[in-house]
Amino acid sequence: MKGYLFLENGEKFEGNLMTSSMKETFEGEVVFYTGMTGYQEVLTDPSYKNQIVVFTYPLIGNYGINEHDFESKKPHVAGVILLECNPTAYHYESKYSLKQYLEKWNIPLLSHADTRSIVKQIRHHGTMQGYLAYDDTNKIEMVAEKFPVADVSTKTIVSYGTGKTHIVLMDFGCKKSIVESLVERGFTVTVVPYDTSYEKVLELKPDGIVLSNGPGDPKQLQPHLIKIKKLLENFPTLAICLGHQLVALALGGDTKKLRFGHRGANQPVLDVVKNKVYITSQNHSYVVDEESLKNTSLTVRFKNVNDGSVEGIAHKSLPILSVQFHPEAHPGPIDSSWIFDDFADSLSIVRREKQYA
Amino acid sequence: MPKDTSIQSILVIGSGPIVIGQAAEFDYSGTQGCRALKEEGYKVILVNNNPATIMTDEVNADIVYFEPLTVSSVEKIIAKERPDGMIGTLGGQTGLNLAFQLHEAGVLDKYNVKLLGTPIESIKKGEDREEFRALMMELSEPVPESQIVHTVDEAVEFANEVGFPLIIRPAYTLGGTGGGIADTLEEFKELVKGGLDESPITQCLIEKSIAGYKEVEYEVMRDHNDTCITICNMENIDPVGIHTGDSIVVAPSQTLTDVEYQMLRTASIKIISALGIIGGCNIQFALDPVSKNYYLIEVNPRVSRSSALASKATGYPIAKIAAKLAVGYTLDELLNPVTGGTYASFEPALDYVVVKFPRFPFDKFPTVEDTLGTQMKATGEVMAIDTNLERAIQKAVSSLESDNIGITVKKISAKSDEELLALMKKGNEGRFFAIIELLRRGLSIEELHLLTKMDLFFLQSFKTIVDLETQIKKTALDEISVDFMKTIKEKGFSDGYLAFLLNVTEFEVREKRKQIGVLPSYRMVDTCAAEFESQTSYFYSSYFGKSEVVPTTNEKVLIVGSGPIRIGQGIEFDYSSVHGILSLQEEGYETLLINNNPETVSTDFEVADRLYFEPLTLEDVLNVIEAENVSKVLVQYGGQTAINLAKDLEAAGVTLLGINNDVIDQLEDRDRFYKLLEEIDVPHLPGKIAYNEEELVIMANELGFPILIRPSYVIGGKGMVVINHEGELVQFINKQIDIGFPILLDAYAPGKEFEIDLVADGDKILIPTIVEHVEKAGVHSGDSHAILPAVSLSNVDKKEVEEFARKIVSKLHFVGLMNIQFVQHKEKIYVLEVNPRASRTVPIVSKVTGIPMVQLATKLLIGNKLSDVTATSGLLPDPPFFTVKYPVFSTHKIGGDPLVGPEMKSTGEGISIADTVEEGFTKVFHSYLESKPAGKEIFIDVDESMNPDEVGKIVSLVQKANLTPVLNDDIKTWVRSEKALAYFSFSVDKESEKSRALACKNRIQVFSNTEMITVFLQVVNQREFSVCSVQDWKNKDFLKKEVMS
Repeated sequence: MKGYLFLENGEKFEGNLMTSSMKETFEGEVVFYTGMTGYQEVLTDPSYKNQIVVFTYPLIGNYGINEHDFESKKPHVAGVILLECNPTAYHYESKYSLKQYLEKWNIPLLSHADTRSIVKQIRHHGTMQGYLAYDDTNKIEMVAEKFPVADVSTKTIVSYGTGKTHIVLMDFGCKKSIVESLVERGFTVTVVPYDTSYEKVLELKPDGIVLSNGPGDPKQLQPHLIKIKKLLENFPTLAICLGHQLVALALGGDTKKLRFGHRGANQPVLDVVKNKVYITSQNHSYVVDEESLKNTSLTVRFKNVNDGSVEGIAHKSLPILSVQFHPEAHPGPIDSSWIFDDFADSLSIVRREKQYA
Repeated sequence: MPKDTSIQSILVIGSGPIVIGQAAEFDYSGTQGCRALKEEGYKVILVNNNPATIMTDEVNADIVYFEPLTVSSVEKIIAKERPDGMIGTLGGQTGLNLAFQLHEAGVLDKYNVKLLGTPIESIKKGEDREEFRALMMELSEPVPESQIVHTVDEAVEFANEVGFPLIIRPAYTLGGTGGGIADTLEEFKELVKGGLDESPITQCLIEKSIAGYKEVEYEVMRDHNDTCITICNMENIDPVGIHTGDSIVVAPSQTLTDVEYQMLRTASIKIISALGIIGGCNIQFALDPVSKNYYLIEVNPRVSRSSALASKATGYPIAKIAAKLAVGYTLDELLNPVTGGTYASFEPALDYVVVKFPRFPFDKFPTVEDTLGTQMKATGEVMAIDTNLERAIQKAVSSLESDNIGITVKKISAKSDEELLALMKKGNEGRFFAIIELLRRGLSIEELHLLTKMDLFFLQSFKTIVDLETQIKKTALDEISVDFMKTIKEKGFSDGYLAFLLNVTEFEVREKRKQIGVLPSYRMVDTCAAEFESQTSYFYSSYFGKSEVVPTTNEKVLIVGSGPIRIGQGIEFDYSSVHGILSLQEEGYETLLINNNPETVSTDFEVADRLYFEPLTLEDVLNVIEAENVSKVLVQYGGQTAINLAKDLEAAGVTLLGINNDVIDQLEDRDRFYKLLEEIDVPHLPGKIAYNEEELVIMANELGFPILIRPSYVIGGKGMVVINHEGELVQFINKQIDIGFPILLDAYAPGKEFEIDLVADGDKILIPTIVEHVEKAGVHSGDSHAILPAVSLSNVDKKEVEEFARKIVSKLHFVGLMNIQFVQHKEKIYVLEVNPRASRTVPIVSKVTGIPMVQLATKLLIGNKLSDVTATSGLLPDPPFFTVKYPVFSTHKIGGDPLVGPEMKSTGEGISIADTVEEGFTKVFHSYLESKPAGKEIFIDVDESMNPDEVGKIVSLVQKANLTPVLNDDIKTWVRSEKALAYFSFSVDKESEKSRALACKNRIQVFSNTEMITVFLQVVNQREFSVCSVQDWKNKDFLKKEVMS
């Protein structure tokens, strides 16, 4: 059936809309993902909560949906826009076609849409709210941003792995691959809800903390910054994406919204310490403001080669490694997976120091 | 780190004449590389003996040597020029091997030349199978079970251990020459022997075959700081087993999950990093379709055909960036020239699909099997871009200019089910079209998958096309709804193919389509899927979505390119297209180029102001003309491809620069052509046109044998034959399956052939020089050796040639470039052929005479008079040096008879420049003779058709050259003996054909006419020659003129 995408700026795009829900319209922040593979990981990455994702690669669904490549238990996107959705999938691992999978979770799919033109709208006007509807008259007012972290964070405390070193991962909308990257390196990982108190974390006796990725504006998590600051001051910490933005906010820095964010598997990042460039996987609308770090004890460790924005920070004395990009990949390249190794090293150094002390 | 300031001059090694496996792509990468180095202020010294290239122009290199690409020759150049640095990774396998050999021979050390880019150690690790395998073991990157062998016995031993099928890969060869897959011991031994012979280090890798796996390639770049990026990955629709150069390829990969994509990407980066490559690298994998197992197949530590394809597919200029990395830059210091605002250290994101189809030369070798394997056979390729796979495939197919109409090949549709199924078993040229035909006949994609191992995803896409075709066939043009028209156009049914399916004319389809408002839009190739604003104007059409093209109000010219490289229409037409663009730009025009060949310089988005990567069909050319409001179109530079469009373009109301269809017709229609010549009193050989077999026989007898026959409107003498008597004619008629009447017959005069290229303004002409062919008439000009300036013509003859040319030009009021071929028979000069376009010899003539023919012609085409643009006119005086042009064949890769005749077979050409014709020929044979130090015997295959006097003459010439004539020996053992130097036979019987093919396969020089063996014997003992840059030659010319005046 014919359906439409309406953007905040009044632009309208036609396509074929498919939903299995009774709802009339589906709203969300419209963002685009430029990776040519990895749609399954994107759909199930909790950071995309409430977002309508435009896939710029025109053929999506070619290899179906399998059981291994989920980043969480269910899809989180508010909608999917693409050019061609492959109806059948022949990959040997495929369990569902993309269409079947989206139908199952009531996620609307607008196919045969002029995705390149939509991307250009976003490029010119910045990220916008939008909605998908069958009706081609624009009548809905755009709803303001929600607080998506609460929806995607774990409700219970869960542990993975059997290693001696214990990591508490504060879940703001964590991707499975972060947990897996840590477990692979021999850690026990305890995933806790985003609102877990400092005391509760202490009770778990962690050796280190991971602040996960997650959706939305980091400033919505203002009430939790004091707790995060205490964790940073007492534990070696690795922070990724939203977690990274929270590190900056907790230690006196500021964040701002990018015009249209970085989403894709091809973002070049310069490590100013090693003086090397890595191609990284990214998904963020907000970014740490470099200016705001001036009077803090934070320094810029990684920079985006294209726009010079902050892609990672380090602390002048504390063992904090904080990155805007996704070293766990999935989707995208694993070139920066050494971040997890560095984190593991920093833990063993701290542990040794503790033992000697 | 910024650029290396310790060096000022750099020697670049080009890839030499075009052969299968090493074609125009190296002109593209070489040109980009040279420009990048010049941009950085280095003095670029180039050695490349291929004159048809753009890289050998003075704008791209400061000093150019057209000298042999051998160690001794390049050493002479190094001794003379003393360059500080050298780059070998831009010149294909030839450049890489030569760089390696120069290092091994100690030349680089001796002259203190720094090898730039990828270090020798890395080249060695990547190229030497043994070292490579050891390194991969170290990295735990899986390589198929394999063994390096140096003898057939070793190979057989390994085969007995692991069983068949096995792949044979010779070390250090181009395009996998000499390799193949063997299923039986018999086949295996043959291939190993051939492979060992082919490999300069007599080494082959024997490998467990993994045919049927998915074949996936990555283009990777690395800087000296170890930053590694992948530009693009590509998936072959043909699974492992068919050389990637012969495969249908899509970019990016379509059937890999992100996990698989990243797994192979990570492996690529690990490998390029471990090899220590600086610049570009191509890595090929085989991926199991039903598990995550993969094998590494091949690494090419240099720019390659695939890197050219990846550059065009993504917009990322790999060769340009590689050249800058070689002089010390890092990726994050270099801007991405497409966006202008982002850096080279990023990975392109595509928002379209790219399809590449190979173009094969089997039409020129009708007796050769078109089976495909690990040895590349394609001469060229086409690329197509679209937002969906179906249209990208159909666009690519439309670009082939092969015997297909859209996705239909009549001779394949005529085959039985059994015949079609047989085509599924092995790779072959027609397989794609056979799959389409089988789908039409109801075979399921699952069945086809079992037969071909092609991924179901691709087969499903083929089926989508066939299903739509079925629907189209059921309807009629006036019944087609707007929605259905939109669907079928979006999925790639061209107006021409719709006309064929619906039995109407293309103009009717076009009119209907436009009337219901189904128009193409043009989308930008920007490396980043629209994420960033882009500076380039590189477009492809789509019948979906909003157009991004905004036509300017500038005065503009559309240049129609020449399509895929094939025998008879090669890189020389790209040379003309590019120079046309450059001179139009100089004159202040906006230039638009339409072409579909990813290997060329013309499709570099930095050349024309706007690049349209499109099929060269009437629909696509007209669409661009309409979208851009073009008023002037140039078809003279795009070879026969562009000329063939002239009639329809004119019918559609387009103004062609300098030419109209009537002129083309007068020159191509024999009747009109002869009438024209008679009117202006220019002699021609008697000729006739036969419309059926009966007429053919009668007319042949009227003309008298020997005769030359050929179909009209052809490229490169396709289907041309010399017939000596009526018996042969009857044989010819009986042998042909489908003689395309009308057929042209001409009296055949076995005299000396000459040709000229001229520039005309409608009245006045400029002829830079006359080219003389060494072989007698009857050998295609493309396959002839030639000498410039002509040496056998008297001054009176020359005047006559000039006069004939002037008459033809004034009669036709011709403007632009024209090529005229003559024959001198019994003292009289006849005009054989007039081509109203740029020809194969234009680049050579321009380069050695210093007359920029294309630039001048272009200026005349836009309205200037000859006297406005140059002070010279008429036939120019001879330069004080000689140029020898020689054809280069790839017959040993395709198979078949190397006999030269009226049908062109060579894939490329080279030149040498010298003080004397003899020294010129010494350079021609230099690299061959250097490779055969023990060669002392000339096999003369005598049969009754040969004149005994002539045989005696050749025997005495052989003896005079201190060589041994061999008249009676077993050819099979002789070709393998060390003493074998050359084989001579010109008989057309089957036995001679086989013997020639055998000698050719064993890399023995074959001669099939007395002219060339005579020349060879004259220079065979001359090993000394001097090197001189084309700039110095011209200075000598200048000095001579100074002295004279």
